[in-house]
Amino acid sequence: MATIVGGITTSHIPAIGNAIAKGKQNDPYWKPFFDGYPPVRAWLDAVKPDVAVVVYNDHGLNFFLDQIPTFAIGAASQYSNSDEGWGLDVLPPVSGNPALSWHVIESVMADEFDVAMCQQMTIDHGVMVPMSLLWPGGGTWPLSIVPLEVNTVQHPLPSPARCYRLGKALGRAIRSYPEPLKVVVLGTGGMSHQLQGERAGFINRPFDLMFMKTIANDPDALAGYSIGDLVAAAGSEGVELIMWLVMRGALGDRVSTIHSHYHIPVSSTGAGVLVLENAA
Amino acid sequence: MSWSAHDYDDIPGTYVFNGRRSTTGYPLNRMCMSFNSAENRDAFLRDEDAYCTKFGLTPQQRAAVHARDVLRLVKLGGNIYYLAKLAGIFGLNVQDIGAQQTGKSLDEFKAMLVAAGE
Repeated sequence: MATIVGGITTSHIPAIGNAIAKGKQNDPYWKPFFDGYPPVRAWLDAVKPDVAVVVYNDHGLNFFLDQIPTFAIGAASQYSNSDEGWGLDVLPPVSGNPALSWHVIESVMADEFDVAMCQQMTIDHGVMVPMSLLWPGGGTWPLSIVPLEVNTVQHPLPSPARCYRLGKALGRAIRSYPEPLKVVVLGTGGMSHQLQGERAGFINRPFDLMFMKTIANDPDALAGYSIGDLVAAAGSEGVELIMWLVMRGALGDRVSTIHSHYHIPVSSTGAGVLVLENAA
Repeated sequence: MSWSAHDYDDIPGTYVFNGRRSTTGYPLNRMCMSFNSAENRDAFLRDEDAYCTKFGLTPQQRAAVHARDVLRLVKLGGNIYYLAKLAGIFGLNVQDIGAQQTGKSLDEFKAMLVAAGE
């Protein structure tokens, strides 16, 4: 049977992709951010996952407001990246695993999560930035992915509690897949940031640090937030943190924090990195 | 028409992108979505007015596009992820438009972020 080797959280903001493209990892502004990642890559080198389920949100590349699914799961054999309009390098495609995708879709549907099913899905910086951070080297990706897209653009958004329960369904789906695959789940986005309005530039270090601790030890407490609570505490774009709860739900009730790193600000965002494993 | 109230309505300086705003902003956001194509970005730069007309922007939205006024565009239903594609045409990133919306210089905006993170 497939196993979940752990979960990772990471920011996915485009500025990180630009910094990687320009080789700014050791630049004084960027170094404290990029310093959070070598331990994550060392962990990945040790556990060698076969597949990553990437929980992310589309920002207007694959989906437009004409038709917005709340949850969408990719079921393609390959996912391409494409021009998002503001100059980020287009990266090579990432391979998929249709059999695992369809198993996950069937399993979460049986668990009453009625997801959109996508046999073509163009993946934006929400996937590509985490891929570039975790598997650097210009796009020879060493594993395949199952993209799980969550609407964080058009309100109403799924509640934190709903996302956490989707994660639990995702965990049951992965663990019931008959092949002995090693699967890592990535919760991307966040942390606190706001890009719009007179409150643009709002960030919240105490909230981010609380969130990083609590998601490991007491995720039910975070699942009790409303979307309005999250907008107030983490900013209008900080609501992306609901995707961390999907990742957390896929893990067990008790987890060990293998690695934790926080840096603020990167561009206009608080950036938190976690590696969580199921507790023995 | 009567629009529902939400728990996020009173957060200052925040325009949560709900159905009401998305209804107003649809032509504007649809135009911004088209900027994923370099050909369309060029067409916009060649004749901005004609391009806005093609997508049916309201006169207020057209004026705000013309003025590169991102805060006004947000208030007129623009979603910030889509507006980022428009801003990109003018070489502006999310920090530039954050500075613009808060009435700060870019350096002041960056300094505010660094201070807020301490």
